[in-house]
Amino acid sequence: MTPAPNSAVLEASESTTNDDVMAADSVEVLEELLVEEISIDGMCGVY
Amino acid sequence: MSADSLVSQLKRGLDAPICLTWELTYACNLQCIHCLSSSGQRDPRELTTAQAKAVIDELRDLQVFYINIGGGEPMIRRDFFDIITHSVDNSIGVKFSTNGAYIDGENARRLAAMDYLDIQISLDGTDAATNDAVRGAGSFDTAIAAMENLARANFGPFKISVVVTRHNVAQLDDFKALADSYGAQLRITRLRPAGRGADTWHALHPTADQQIDIYRWLLGHGENVLTGDSFFHLNALGEPLPGLNLCGAGRVVCLIDPLGDVYACPFVLHDEFRAGSVLDPGGFTKVWRESALFTSLREPESAGACASCGSYDACQGGCMAAKFFTGLPLDGPDPECVSGHGEELLSASTATAPRPTKDHSRPVSLTRKPVRT
Amino acid sequence: MTITLESSCSLSPQVALRPEPFGALAYHYGNRRLVFLKHPDVVAVVKNLANHPTVGATLDACGIAAERRASFLAALDNLTKSEIIHVG
Repeated sequence: MTPAPNSAVLEASESTTNDDVMAADSVEVLEELLVEEISIDGMCGVY
Repeated sequence: MSADSLVSQLKRGLDAPICLTWELTYACNLQCIHCLSSSGQRDPRELTTAQAKAVIDELRDLQVFYINIGGGEPMIRRDFFDIITHSVDNSIGVKFSTNGAYIDGENARRLAAMDYLDIQISLDGTDAATNDAVRGAGSFDTAIAAMENLARANFGPFKISVVVTRHNVAQLDDFKALADSYGAQLRITRLRPAGRGADTWHALHPTADQQIDIYRWLLGHGENVLTGDSFFHLNALGEPLPGLNLCGAGRVVCLIDPLGDVYACPFVLHDEFRAGSVLDPGGFTKVWRESALFTSLREPESAGACASCGSYDACQGGCMAAKFFTGLPLDGPDPECVSGHGEELLSASTATAPRPTKDHSRPVSLTRKPVRT
Repeated sequence: MTITLESSCSLSPQVALRPEPFGALAYHYGNRRLVFLKHPDVVAVVKNLANHPTVGATLDACGIAAERRASFLAALDNLTKSEIIHVG
């Protein structure tokens, strides 16, 4: 069994703040971190 | 939500534990000198098979994902397989910790056939001399025999769990090699002055220099090594170790003892950290959600005496069990504070350290033979 | 990123979803991995994946606004990597 990665925080998406490089027909992207894996494997007192 | 707020979410507590630790019995065939539960003799007030199954049913309703079974030596219980089967049948995974004395060929095969079952074999030295000095004569051979039986039964990956002491810090590479040789995963955990550990901690806990060695080793070699998240007090040394670095006691996890008493964690078997009993009206659920102790543990912590130290965010003031059983105040430095603040306090302190409230140690046997109860 | 609006996905049968105030906890009994689903909307999407032919259709059915879709695709991609959901 492979251990779970610890506290892997992944960016949901990359957003640009520079108007000049945004595509003309793009909508503003709302960046949300919707999932987050955690490992409590062997959290203190736990096996 | 950022990673920070995920941790703060956990600190506020969940409606049910993610998992919990459950010591099934105080009976044990060994008498390890650092035993956190002071195990040895069965307590006559141990939960019955029916009571244990009722707890499992309650945990199923709470959707607890898995239980970590220990003791004492959990396989001593005659209903051990009955209990773990009931758990797995109710979609609660089982991870259990054992000294291996009861993992003979037949039991190894039985365990290999079970769904969602993880095993952790305790070992505190990579040679008999080092290990047996802590865990008793013959215990090294017993543990290795259990590993061999699991391997022969094609159990698959298991864990080897090591309590790091002054005498085995130098063996970390060897432990890793041993685990690798079985395709097992190494878990190293921090010694606490809990249970019988209260008496042996001062002689056994790693020195300040060794703590730095542990920290460096984990940074360099610890990628596949579990730590029980128990070394976060070392984060004050620099780059934080991987892990949640969070004390989950009473927030994410807790302990049920063989009598059904609920404690914040296995290292604080003391009335001060007893939240209630599964046998109380409202059962485990009410204790988890409404007990005064757990409610207070879920309140935001204050740095207290550590507020002026720049490392508090990294080390969080360390481990409450380590502080409690060395007689230090909980809102101050850990006894093994890497900046030495705990050591200063300890030498200045005249407080008597609290004693564990339950002691199931067996009287010293003159023959020193392990007794099967 | 492997998940697109055209992907067809479903929740692994080895996963338990436990509701929480912030969303849900997803636990995979096979690989022992634990994932926080940090918004009720991502929980709804994950639960509905098997009911729709594509991720895009699921997002439509759950009323996920256009500007949020990139985040949802990234989330689903992440969930695929931990085997919480699988493609097909």
